Amino acid sequence: MSAADLSVRLGAMTLANPIMPASGTFSEDLADVFDLDLLGAHVLKTIMRGTRAGNPVPRVCDLQGGMLNAIGIPSKGIEDFRSRMLPYWQGYRAPLVVSISAHTLDEFARLCAEVSLPGVAAIEANISCPNIEADGNAFAMRPDTTAEVMRRLRAETDLPLWAKLTPNTGEPVAVAQAAEANGADALVTANTALGMAIDVRTRRPRLGNGMGGMSGPAVKPIALRMTYQCARACTIPVIGCGGIATLDDVLEFLIAGASAVQVGTATFQSPTVMARLVAELGDWMQAQGLASLSEIIGSVEMPEGEAA
Amino acid sequence: MTLSPSVLSVPMAPGVLPRCAEARCVVRSNLPVNGEYRLLTLDAPPEVLDCQPGQFFQLLCPEPEGEHPFLRRPMSIYGYDAEAGQLQFLYKVAGAGTRGLATLRPGGMLNVLGPLGQGFSMPQHWQDLLLVARGVGLATLAPLARAAQRSGRRLTAICSARRPELAMSVDLFRGYGAEVIVVHDEDGSSTPEALRGLIEARIAAGRVDAFYTCGSSRLLRLLQDLGQRHGIPGEIAMEQQMACGLGMCQACVRPFREEGGIVQRRVCREGPVFPLLEAIA
Ligand SMILES: Cc1cc2nc3c(=O)[nH]c(=O)nc-3n(C[C@H](O)[C@H](O)[C@H](O)COP(=O)(O)OP(=O)(O)OC[C@H]3O[C@@H](n4cnc5c(N)ncnc54)[C@H](O)[C@@H]3O)c2cc1C
Ligand SMILES: Cc1cc2nc3c(=O)[nH]c(=O)nc-3n(C[C@H](O)[C@H](O)[C@H](O)COP(=O)(O)O)c2cc1C
Ligand code: FES
Repeated sequence: MSAADLSVRLGAMTLANPIMPASGTFSEDLADVFDLDLLGAHVLKTIMRGTRAGNPVPRVCDLQGGMLNAIGIPSKGIEDFRSRMLPYWQGYRAPLVVSISAHTLDEFARLCAEVSLPGVAAIEANISCPNIEADGNAFAMRPDTTAEVMRRLRAETDLPLWAKLTPNTGEPVAVAQAAEANGADALVTANTALGMAIDVRTRRPRLGNGMGGMSGPAVKPIALRMTYQCARACTIPVIGCGGIATLDDVLEFLIAGASAVQVGTATFQSPTVMARLVAELGDWMQAQGLASLSEIIGSVEMPEGEAA
Repeated sequence: MTLSPSVLSVPMAPGVLPRCAEARCVVRSNLPVNGEYRLLTLDAPPEVLDCQPGQFFQLLCPEPEGEHPFLRRPMSIYGYDAEAGQLQFLYKVAGAGTRGLATLRPGGMLNVLGPLGQGFSMPQHWQDLLLVARGVGLATLAPLARAAQRSGRRLTAICSARRPELAMSVDLFRGYGAEVIVVHDEDGSSTPEALRGLIEARIAAGRVDAFYTCGSSRLLRLLQDLGQRHGIPGEIAMEQQMACGLGMCQACVRPFREEGGIVQRRVCREGPVFPLLEAIA
């Protein structure tokens, strides 16, 4: 193990390293593969208040350089979170980030209050899931709905509140600024891009739900662009997410302005990838003689004339 | 340079043993078994060879020309031998992933993740076992047959296929001491009605303690009906499209009957083997 200091600050929080899982691609099952305390934080699958069955199968299909999913947030509800999940995750040192979502403002606010419990380090508001409303609609598609939901959530919790944004919006900067202005402590860029695939033989969509969210290396340039745009336009920290699989991917997001990153789909290809990225980042820091990751975060050199 | 099998080793929490591992295996052979199936034999590191019959691996398939399988593909363990350091898969070439597997040559590398899922159970009082399987489902039952022989059970295997010459694994099951009955579509011996008669005769003779099957909905419905009528338990290995294979993504759910109603279970984690009567065809 390298001795490099990989710690990063996210507002009031300090993470031991900037590598954490993306919501929905991580669970206690990964503890069968490596020590989960190697991670900078633990981000859980989005929960909703009530129980939900989720979408019909097939829930995933693969593509060149990525995949589509329409899992649809099957949820065992808030009670299962309190009685089973929270005690389990409290057994780790890594800070616990709880992802929440809801259809209505009232439900969202109520859930936010209910999960603000000891042992929870931060709340990630999934205001960007393309799989729970028709046509991928979500709060984070527009600045006004983003402002409204973040204001309601902010009123319910003193915990750090992260807003997970969507690449499907045409106004990513305005949405990011609306989240910041209404109490977000950090932004996560980004959730999946709404996509579709059709089986030409049957003429049916390859996902049971018709459309779904695209993730993996193919979406990395979009997530990186959005990370750069949001980091440039906001003062709160940005957490990059989308297609990260290698050390260079991590560095690209940090250089673009991310203070930390989330790894999702890459874990499906290689469940050990996050443990490797932590080790490789440490080795890289030492080889570069860097004392702190703050030296590279946001260090992108934009061409003349381009606002950095 | 000769390659040797190895695991991608990562730190575990103190006192925790990895349940499965990501490993690089070396291809020993990859041979056609008949027109549709291929047998892949790998040299594998010991860390992935503590397997149970019914478990599976997630294979990171190489890209065949012009195609790009992205997710790992689940494959039942056909054979495993910790002493010989060997792992085997029997697969049917279906699409991009399995076409990629077919390109593997001796000496090549394959990244595997496993062993995964819950295998078959074999309680002591299940002494007379009846295996009923069709097509590539036979691959899943092969290691079960070996385990049954080792623990001295009596075994009957009904191998169903389109044509008699496609009934794979007949010799293999015989080698494990099974009485093998081949049924096929061409003479009508594989229809549920024909099988029902065959199986009921054996039940009447007191020769079935448990059923084992996989895949086929028609076989499942038949065995569930017979199981209910005659009070015979059993297990089924099921399939579903997967992404992670570890229980994280919830892609692979199927509905099951439970006391309180219908529940969704993950085929990769709670399965792929389930109690016969709880499965839904
Ligand atoms: C636990 C488990 C064990 C399996 N064991 C074996 C085995 O021992 N031998 C074998 O040949 N096959 C086995 N399969 C099925 C095998 O995983 C699929 O045939 C394979 O993933 C197809 O991939 P492909 O890229 O070649 O074809 P694709 O083009 O992806 O698919 C071809 C066809 O296979 C179907 N399919 C794809 N993935 C799956 C899947 N995960 N489960 C069921 N159907 C699927 C598709 O819907 C399509 O109809 C198993 C599946 C599971 C879930
Ligand atoms: C199978 C699957 C399930 C997901 N579930 C959620 C979820 O519940 N909540 C959420 O905010 N994002 C979810 N996501 C999105 C990821 O957290 C991440 O934003 C996205 O996949 C992009 O990152 P990646 O390319 O590294 O996977 C899911 C992604 C996948 C592939
Ligand atoms: S394949 Fe991910 S939970 Fe089963």
